[in-house]
Amino acid sequence: MNTELIGIIATFLLTLVIAIPLGKYLAKVFAGEKVWTDFLKPLENGIYKLSGINIKEQMNWKQQLKALLTINILWLVYGFFVLIFQDKLPFNPDGNPGMTPDLAFNTIISFVANCNLQHYSGESGVSYLTQQFVLMFLQFVSAATGIAAAVVLFKAFRDKTTTQLGNFWEFFVRAITRLLLPLSIVMALILTFNGTPASYDGKDQFVSVQGDTVNVSRGPAAQLIAIKHLGTNGGGYFGANSAHPFENPSYLTNMVEMIAQVIIPIAMIIAFGYFIRRKKLAWTIFGVMTIGLFMLMIPTLSSELGGNPALAKMGISQATGAMEGKEVRFGPAATAYWSTLTTVISTGSVNGMHDSTMPLTGLWQLLAMMINGFYGGCGVGLLNYFIYLIIAVFISGLMVGRTPEFLGHKVEAREIKIAAIITLLSPFLILAGTAISSYVFTNHGDAAWAVQPKAWLNNPGFHGFSEMLYEVTSSNANNGSGFEGLGDNNVFWNVLTGVIIFLGRFLPIIGPVAIAGLLGAKKFIPESAGTLKTDTKTFALMTFAVILVLNALSYFPALALGPLAEYFTQLR
Amino acid sequence: MKPNNKLFEPALVQTALKQSFIKLDPRVMVRNPVMFTVEVGTLVMAYVTVYSFSHSGQGSPLYNFFIFLVLLLTVLFANFAEAIAEARGKAQADSLRKTREETPAKVLLANGTIEIRSSNQLKKGDVFVCETGDTIPTDGEIIEGIATIDESAITGESAPVIRESGGDKSSVTGGTKVLSDEIKVQVSTAPGESFLDKMIALVEGASRQKTPNEIALTILLASFTLVFIIVCVTLKPFADYANTPITIAALISLFVCLIPTTIGGLLSAIGIAGMDRALRANVITKSGKAVETAGDIDVLLLDKTGTITIGNRKATNFYPTAGVVIKDFTDACVLSSLADETPEGKSIIELANEQGFKNPGTPQGSAFIKFTAETRSSGLDTADGRRIRKGAFDSIRNIVEKAGNIFPSDIEDHVKSIATNGGTPLVVSENEKALGVIELQDIIKPGISERFERLRKMGVKTVMVTGDNPLTAKYIAEKAGVDDFIAEAKPEDKMNYIKDEQALGKLVAMMGDGTNDAPALAQADVGVAMNSGTQAAKEAGNMVDLDNDPTKLIEIVEIGKQLLITRGTLTTFSIANDVAKYFAIVPALFIASIPALQSLNIMGLHTPESAIMSAVIFNAIIIPILIPLALKGVAYKPIGATALLRRNLFIYGIGGVVAPFIGIKLIDLVVGLFV
Repeated sequence: MNTELIGIIATFLLTLVIAIPLGKYLAKVFAGEKVWTDFLKPLENGIYKLSGINIKEQMNWKQQLKALLTINILWLVYGFFVLIFQDKLPFNPDGNPGMTPDLAFNTIISFVANCNLQHYSGESGVSYLTQQFVLMFLQFVSAATGIAAAVVLFKAFRDKTTTQLGNFWEFFVRAITRLLLPLSIVMALILTFNGTPASYDGKDQFVSVQGDTVNVSRGPAAQLIAIKHLGTNGGGYFGANSAHPFENPSYLTNMVEMIAQVIIPIAMIIAFGYFIRRKKLAWTIFGVMTIGLFMLMIPTLSSELGGNPALAKMGISQATGAMEGKEVRFGPAATAYWSTLTTVISTGSVNGMHDSTMPLTGLWQLLAMMINGFYGGCGVGLLNYFIYLIIAVFISGLMVGRTPEFLGHKVEAREIKIAAIITLLSPFLILAGTAISSYVFTNHGDAAWAVQPKAWLNNPGFHGFSEMLYEVTSSNANNGSGFEGLGDNNVFWNVLTGVIIFLGRFLPIIGPVAIAGLLGAKKFIPESAGTLKTDTKTFALMTFAVILVLNALSYFPALALGPLAEYFTQLR
Repeated sequence: MKPNNKLFEPALVQTALKQSFIKLDPRVMVRNPVMFTVEVGTLVMAYVTVYSFSHSGQGSPLYNFFIFLVLLLTVLFANFAEAIAEARGKAQADSLRKTREETPAKVLLANGTIEIRSSNQLKKGDVFVCETGDTIPTDGEIIEGIATIDESAITGESAPVIRESGGDKSSVTGGTKVLSDEIKVQVSTAPGESFLDKMIALVEGASRQKTPNEIALTILLASFTLVFIIVCVTLKPFADYANTPITIAALISLFVCLIPTTIGGLLSAIGIAGMDRALRANVITKSGKAVETAGDIDVLLLDKTGTITIGNRKATNFYPTAGVVIKDFTDACVLSSLADETPEGKSIIELANEQGFKNPGTPQGSAFIKFTAETRSSGLDTADGRRIRKGAFDSIRNIVEKAGNIFPSDIEDHVKSIATNGGTPLVVSENEKALGVIELQDIIKPGISERFERLRKMGVKTVMVTGDNPLTAKYIAEKAGVDDFIAEAKPEDKMNYIKDEQALGKLVAMMGDGTNDAPALAQADVGVAMNSGTQAAKEAGNMVDLDNDPTKLIEIVEIGKQLLITRGTLTTFSIANDVAKYFAIVPALFIASIPALQSLNIMGLHTPESAIMSAVIFNAIIIPILIPLALKGVAYKPIGATALLRRNLFIYGIGGVVAPFIGIKLIDLVVGLFV
């Protein structure tokens, strides 16, 4: 047991050792200062030239968002058609069929949005062409989109007053050439050497001891698995995601994958502080997020290592903790740590079955995705946190008797309106989505869909409710992990989660960038003794309280009916 | 005006109670989105109550009626809070207005004859005459004459003040009384358009516009309300899934408990009370926004004279030159000042008296020499041939050296040391020989440096404006503890200083009275004009101080801060309350079908019905309990923003989480006796 815990602690420390210098490096990269990777400049200039981009052209926040949305819509259209017609396109050695329009709709939104909710299985649902040139491509560009959006926010606060927020294309290209691509190459090599396939051959075959012929899927997996973690995407090459022995062969690769998914989100926070020359603010934000992570992780560890009380009642000793749905090569501690990370960050890859975790673990997983701002996804985590920050700034500004201001810019009605809409969006999408599915399940169980609503849930009752709540929450958070146990490949779930993912992705990018743009253009007010500083412990506490209370108030009834009801019932 | 400190005057309460019902009109309620939704909920409950008489499944009619009643009370309490704040403000304004009830005015017609008219028939531009004993019928500006005026009706200050035409003290206020002399006054505002009338309109709500921060907060509260609408509406399909019927009463109760009714109900009362507090401080504001802005002020421009120092300079020391006896020197000083009507001159005689010198009176046959800008000295020639002169250092030195006498070096030393200490040296000579130096010093108001210290802790930078030379200004600035000063200030210097600070993004407040202050008053973010000041100054500023008290700005800044703090803390309290309400209502909703959720009933409330009732009762009564706080405002302590946040977060955040747990439990114990 102790070795298991040491493994987690070591993983976390190693994460910091990599992420913190990476953050300082990123601040320099995006500020255009000299860094050792400048030898890549000719490559970047080539890309700009090829695409007709003039990176000297400064954009305001509206132009930034226009560029961001335009390119994303282009990818949506491109990917949608490839998914539908993949059976007619090359690189399909296993002869997998084209997707139905509703599944293609869901899948393409899911990958463009960095969500990677998968209603298909990689082995049978997509071709190698799709894996490489749609899904993996999108894993790069969607992560770069989030990072570039965050850099726009950085730019708004670097100078005293500015409307010139840099060039979106430059941030976007640099996020790939200076960050995602080099790190992915390193990681893909590590995975390949540890047994993850990277070939383009079709299924392999062997005859098992029992004499059955077994087909084993493989393909260009290592490269995809690298970016799936680095870019906090989470969409696996194989259906079982990182629980699959090819995706995650050993404890070492498990550590690498756990580290990879957090380093960029943490680095972005550090980069923020160094970029706007307010290091203390970055450390304060990092502190709040890390405490948040621990508050979700420690109870998760304790409930998973504690074993299943239902089994304990039967007199079965569970010295190794709750092992149902876990891989023996990782054990419950590493799986618990992963499950917290993957929900706190919006990765959504899994190395075990979330459906099998203890009810309280499910609660923490859900809560982590509802908050979606403790580190959070690549770039977007910080954007989500920024909304909480604005609300905290506003309320605490009033509490100290001064018109609220953030980094020297007054926060007024217009910014609050945007922040309020974004705050409102998550409860709306999550609760309304769950309500619609509950309603359909309860009242239209016999609807003639691919999977009849009454057959959606593996486990009706509280756990079934959690399955639906999880699916919707994961979509809104652009997390993409599944609780599983839900019959989700049908028109209803494909369309519902597709719409939720789309709104849950782009509105929370537009909102914070707009607020930052508006604030950055406002007159800069120098700090005085009456100014509320946002890099103090007290303000950190305030932000933490805002995050906790807002989420608790929005989701308490839903959580009470799902995981809490299950937990208390199990105790009886 | 007598400040009325009682929160709940019976007469006001009566008016407010009546108003609480009148305000139920949905057209009025819709201005407040939070309370409007409660009113809609109340109406639904009225329908459910009637429905439950004939149908089953929605709980007993009595229970539904009870919930309806509590919700109605919640709305009424909120209306009452607003109404009592309005009534108090109006009462305050009325007591000011009373001073200007109909008084006969002696209107001077174009042909020079005088006609008696009622004051409310006066039009802007009319000229009236006031003699000794007359009450001034309306606000105006003196165009001719000088008079002593009793302004106690407005300011409460019994000492009469002098008002005269032409200068910066030319305004008179309706309701004040002329004690001596005769003045001609031009009416400056049309009836019903005076500042006071504007202020009353602001308090009464008809023209009360929401301030920027209030708008932002309303948006935030509206979005919280929307979140809870979503929470409650989606609860219905959730409950259907879990096979748990939820009564409409329970759903509406949950909703009303969750939405921020506490702050929603008190929000407008807080705003009105803020203006009311300004009025109580005898400050008339032209908009609510000005009060709010005052809380954000970064820089405060204060005139030296009258604000930082008491009136004028005073003589503090006599320094005779070597070889001159102090008695002879004092004698010369007194003689030179006998005819000097300036406060400085008078203070020299006072100082001599204090030192035991007996005033001999003016010697027979003396001739006074008046101060002129050319000689820059004044004095007296006696019949027995003494020529005593008193004046600035260089002018007396001129006189002495012209006559071929040597100017003593010890006098020069004294002059220098006095000047560096912020004083003003006056040199006295007799028959063209220098006798010694009189030291004049500014007397800094007692307690003023503590107030500046307080301002500094609030983050407000104080700037002293003075006509003194930079050396003197620096000395006084340091002694009084202001952060910066403008020496040898001309009116445009003030203006430039304000513009410079504003260019840096700071908000500037200033006080002024003269016409040449008007542009700066208009430029400043908060411009407070003295009531005694010119009409132009009063038009330019956004507040008028009836007391003419230059330190009033400090109070105004605190009122502004208090206003925001009260809103912020009550919002925090209101939201924090929801935690406990969830623990009361959510288990009550589901306990019938999911008994395990009893574990969430950590308060151990009796029955689901009593839990829901206790929560709504708590939700309702917390509003009247907090009305005094809303009206008086949460105290502001200048302990630095972070410390203040910690303090308020502790009291209203943690307190807001804990208080309802205790409150709901206690109410449940009482409700349990009946249900």
